[in-house]
Amino acid sequence: MPYEAWKDNEAIEKLVKELQDSGANVLVGSLDKLINWGRSNSLWPLTFATSCCGIEFVSLGAARFDMARFGWEVARASPRQADFIMVAGTIVNRMAPVLRRLYDQLAEPKYVIACGSCAISGGPFRKSYHVARGIEDIVPVDVYVPGCPPRPEAMIYGIMQLSRKIKVERFFGGRNRQERQTEFFKDHPLD
Amino acid sequence: MAQLQEKIAKLFPQATFEEADVLTINIADAQLHDLAATLRDDKDLSFDYLMTIVGMDWQKELGCVYFLNSTTHGTTVSIKVTTADRDNPMLHSVSDLWAVAGIYEREVYDFFGIIFINNMDMRRLFLSVDWVGYPLRKDYDANPELNPVSIENERQLDTTDMWLEGPNGKIEKKTRPIFQKDDFVVNIGPQHPATHGVLRFRTAIDGETIKKIDVYMGYIHRGVEKLSEGLTYQQTLHFMDRLDYFSAHNYHHGLCMLYEKAAGIEVPKRAQYIRVIMDELSRIASHCLFIGTYCMDLGATTMLFYTLRVREQILDIMDKTCGARMTFNYDVIGGVMADLDPDFVKDVKELLAVVPKNIKEYNKIFTGNVIAKGRMNGIGVLSREDAISYAITGPSGRASGWACDVRKTDPYSIYPELNFEQVIMTEGDSMARFKCRVAEIQQSADIIAQIIDKIPEGEICAKVPKVLKLPVGHWYQVVEGCRGVFALYLESDGTTKPYRLKIAPPCLPLAGVVDHITEGQKIADLITIGGSLDYIVPDMDR
Amino acid sequence: MFDFSIITNWIHDFLGSTLGMAPWLVTTVECVLIGVGLLLAYALLALFYIYFERKVCAAFQCRLGPNRVGPMGLLQSFADMFKILIKELITLKHTDKFLFALAPYLVIVASVLAFACLPWGNGLQIINFNIGIFFLIAVSSIGVLGILLAGWSSNNKFTLIGAMRSGAQMVSYELSIGLVMITMVVFSGTMSISGIVEAQRDTWFIFSAHLPAWIAFIIYLIAGTAETNRGPFDLPEAESELTAGYHTEYSGIHFGFYYLAEYLNLFIVGGVASLMFLGGWMPLHINGWEGFNHVMDYIPSVVWFLGKSIFITFIIIWFKWTFPRLRIDQLLTLEWKYLLPISMVNLVFMTLCVVNGWHF
Repeated sequence: MPYEAWKDNEAIEKLVKELQDSGANVLVGSLDKLINWGRSNSLWPLTFATSCCGIEFVSLGAARFDMARFGWEVARASPRQADFIMVAGTIVNRMAPVLRRLYDQLAEPKYVIACGSCAISGGPFRKSYHVARGIEDIVPVDVYVPGCPPRPEAMIYGIMQLSRKIKVERFFGGRNRQERQTEFFKDHPLD
Repeated sequence: MAQLQEKIAKLFPQATFEEADVLTINIADAQLHDLAATLRDDKDLSFDYLMTIVGMDWQKELGCVYFLNSTTHGTTVSIKVTTADRDNPMLHSVSDLWAVAGIYEREVYDFFGIIFINNMDMRRLFLSVDWVGYPLRKDYDANPELNPVSIENERQLDTTDMWLEGPNGKIEKKTRPIFQKDDFVVNIGPQHPATHGVLRFRTAIDGETIKKIDVYMGYIHRGVEKLSEGLTYQQTLHFMDRLDYFSAHNYHHGLCMLYEKAAGIEVPKRAQYIRVIMDELSRIASHCLFIGTYCMDLGATTMLFYTLRVREQILDIMDKTCGARMTFNYDVIGGVMADLDPDFVKDVKELLAVVPKNIKEYNKIFTGNVIAKGRMNGIGVLSREDAISYAITGPSGRASGWACDVRKTDPYSIYPELNFEQVIMTEGDSMARFKCRVAEIQQSADIIAQIIDKIPEGEICAKVPKVLKLPVGHWYQVVEGCRGVFALYLESDGTTKPYRLKIAPPCLPLAGVVDHITEGQKIADLITIGGSLDYIVPDMDR
Repeated sequence: MFDFSIITNWIHDFLGSTLGMAPWLVTTVECVLIGVGLLLAYALLALFYIYFERKVCAAFQCRLGPNRVGPMGLLQSFADMFKILIKELITLKHTDKFLFALAPYLVIVASVLAFACLPWGNGLQIINFNIGIFFLIAVSSIGVLGILLAGWSSNNKFTLIGAMRSGAQMVSYELSIGLVMITMVVFSGTMSISGIVEAQRDTWFIFSAHLPAWIAFIIYLIAGTAETNRGPFDLPEAESELTAGYHTEYSGIHFGFYYLAEYLNLFIVGGVASLMFLGGWMPLHINGWEGFNHVMDYIPSVVWFLGKSIFITFIIIWFKWTFPRLRIDQLLTLEWKYLLPISMVNLVFMTLCVVNGWHF
C-alpha cells in the first residue's frame, strides 16, 4: 500500500470493503460482519502507561477528547479483560519481560498499539544502554502512532485505524491474524 | 564560606578545599564518616539535609561528591571522596547519618560499582540483578549483546548483600533475607493502576496490614545521564521534558541556568519573566493533575475530569506559545525559544479568573467530604526530622513543616522580586500534603498575577553560540520543580559535551520513604500515601 | 389499571384447553416461556444499565459518553456483549478448574433468582408465595459464595484479598438489609411480595410509616450500595488497589457474567427498594385527590415499577461517581457500629408504631 494512500480516507474505506467482500459466502460473511461489528466497536484498553504518552492517554479519556464517545473508556486494569494494549511510553530492558507477559495474559483477540516514538523505535532514548529499540521485537504491533508524545487526536486516529483493521478480519476461514501471531511466537520464543 | 572553611580545617587538618560556586571539601575515605557526622551534628554547621550523592568516574579514580545543605543556616557544602581502586572500589557509607543516603548509595553502586561499607542494602537500584558492567563508568562496554533486551522474566533475589566493617577494620561480605520466612508477600506493580507509572512494590502484608515494602525501580530507567555525555549542551536540554513531564518548564529552567552560570551568559529580563510565568503555569497544571489522579486513586473518579479542565486550559496556553502540549523544549540556553503568543496575556488572565472558582469547587466536592477526611487525616504521618533525613522536598516536605522551597531558600531568576510566602503545614499527613498542593495552586496563580502585566519588552534570548563550549570546572544548580528540589551537577572537561551531568530528581527520595511511612498501615493506605507523595516514576528512574 | 393476569391466564387456558395439553406439559411449557422471557429481560436490562451508567457518569463528568455505535450510542453495550461472548476463555494453570468455572454461574444464578421475585406489574409476578421476602434474602446471599469461590480458585493474591474483603462486606451488610426488611415486614404484616405491594394500594410505605420508614430507607440505600459492591463501597474490586479484585483472572464471558450480574444486582436493589418503600408497581395515590389518582392509574404498572427502580439506581450510580472509596476498617465500622444498632432500634421503634397505631 503506497504511503500516499493513507491520507485518502475514501481509498481506505474502499479497500476495507473489498477485503470484506472478497470470497465470503453470504451466511458466514454476515456472521463475520456481526462479530467484527462487535469487536471493532468495543475496544477496551488495558491501563498501561510508562511515561509521557500515558498522560496524554489520560487526557484522551477526559472531557475535551472523551474517548467514551467511541466506547473505549472501559479501561480494564486486568489484562484478561482488555482488548488492546496501548504501549504508551518507553519500554526499557527491565520492562520488556513485563510487557511480553501482559501481552500473553491478554485474551484473544488482542491487539497492540505502539504509541509514541519511544515505543516505535526508542525515540530520543534510542542510543541508551537500557532502552528497547522499538517494541516490535517484544510483541506484534498492529498500529503505530508517531509523536512525542502523540496528541490525543492522533491517538484517536490510531485507535480508529485499529478498529478499521479489525473490520477486515475473518473470524471464520481467513484468520490471517492468528497465523501471523504463531509465526511471531516462532521467531520470538518464550523460553 | 571562609568561616566554614576555617572551622573544618581546624577539625580535619588533612582536608583540602576547593572554591567553586559551592565550597568543596576533599577528604580521604577513612575520615569521610567522621567529617559527615561532624557536619551534621555540629550546632554551627548542622548540615542536616543530604541533597544528593554524585557518583563520578575521573578515569584514574572513582569517587563521590556529596552535596549537603543546612536547613537552619541555608548554606551548601560539598564533600569529595575518591578511591583509586577501579576493580573493587569501596567507600564508607553515610546511610546511618541520613536516611536518604541508603537509596543514593545504591544508585551510585548501580552506576559505578562503588561498594559502600556498612550500607545494609547493597543491591542494584535501577538495573536488573544480572546486568553486566556499570553503565556510567567511562570504560563501560555498551555492546547490546552483553545486555540484550530479553523477554524472559528477570531473576529475582530474595536476599541482599552488605559489606560490614568489623571492629578490627576487616571488611566482610554478608547476606541477609529481605523478607521474613513466613511473610505473605504481594507484588504490586510494575503495571498497576495505583503506582502512577511503572514502580513496583513487593509488599509483605499481615491481613490487610502492611509489614514491609520493598521498592523496585528501573522499569523506566532510560539512562539520561549517560546519554547526555554523548550530546552537546544544547542537545541535552530536551531530556528535561521527559523526566518529570509535568515540571518540564521548571527542569528546563534549571538546566539552562546551570549552563548559563557555567558560560557566564546573562539572560534578558523578558526571558526571565516568561520562564517564571511558564514555571508557575506548569505548577498549576501539575498540581491540578495531582488532585485529579489522587482523587481517582481514592475512588472519586469524577474529580479527575474537573481538574483536567483547568489543565487543558493551561495546555492550550502553552500550545499556542510553545507549540506542544507536553514536551515543550521551550527554555533554551540564554533565554526562551520563541516569543509569547499575542493572546498570551489575555489567556492567562482568563485562567487566573477561573482558578479560585475551581479550587472552591474541588474543596466542596472532595476535601470536605467525610470519607475523604477519614481516608486522609492522620494517614502516613511524616515528621519534620524524618522529612529532612529522607530528603522529602517540595509540597510533601512543606506539609511536614519543613520550609524547603528553593524559590525562597535559594532564590533564582526573578523570584527575589516577587511577593509570596511558602505554604507550610505542620500535620505531615496525607491530608496536609493534599491541602498543601491545593494551596500552592492559588499561590502560583497569585505569583503569575503579580507579573503578568509587567513582562518587560526586549530580547527573548541572549546571543549564544550554536555549539556551546564550557570551561573546565564544575557547577551545581537547584531549582524548585513541581515535586520538590531538582538539583543538577555538571562537570565539564572543556569540550562541547558534558563530562558528567548528574540529575538529582525530587522523586527518588519519595520512593525511598514509602517503606518508612506505610509500615503498620492498611493496603488501602498505601494508595493514599503513595498518591499523596505524588511521585513521577520516569523522574526517579531517569 | 391493566391486569396482566388476563394475559397469563389466557396463555394458560390456551395451552391447557385449546391445545389440550396435559397439566404437567402445560406447566413445563409455561416454565420454559417464563424462563426465556426472564433471561431476555435480564440481559436487556443489564445491557441497558451498562449504557445508562456510562451515560450518567459521562454527564457527571462533563462528557458525552458513548454516541457513535448506533443512534446516541444505544448499541454500545450490545457491541460490548458480542465481543465478550466470543472472547477467549483463558484457562489457568494451578487452579481448581471446576470451582473456577462454577463461580460466575453461582453469581449469575443468584441474581436471576432474586430477579424473578420482583413484582413487575399488576398480575405480573413470577415467584409469589407467602415467604417471598425471606426467599429473596436467601437467594441473593448465594452471590457471595460465587465471589468467594472466584477469589479462592483463581490462585492469585489480589483476587484472594478482593474475595475476602467482599465476603466480610457482604455478610456484614446483609444483616442491615435483613433488619430493614424485617422492619418493613412488621409494618406490612406479611412476607408475601404481592401482599406487601397490595398493602400499599392507598399510600406507599415511605409515606404511611413516616419516620421509621425513612430511617429504614436510608439504611437500605447505604447497605444496598454496599451489597452490590459499588462505589463508595467497591473495595472488592477497588481498581486502584487490587487491579480488578476477585474477577481479575476471569476473561471472556465468565467476566461478562460478573459484569452483567453487577448491574443486575443494582437493579434488584432498586427493585426491592421500590417494593418495600415506594409501593412496587402501585401508582402514586393521594387520599382525596380522585382526579389525580385516576390519571396516575392510566400509567401502566410496569412503567411505574421500572421508573421507581431506575430512579433509585440512579441515586446509587450518583453515589459512585461522587464519593471516594472507604477503607475496609471504616466500611466495617460503619456497618457494625452505626447501621446495625440504628436499624435494630428502628425495628423496635417500628414495632411500637405498629402496636400503638402511630401511622397513617
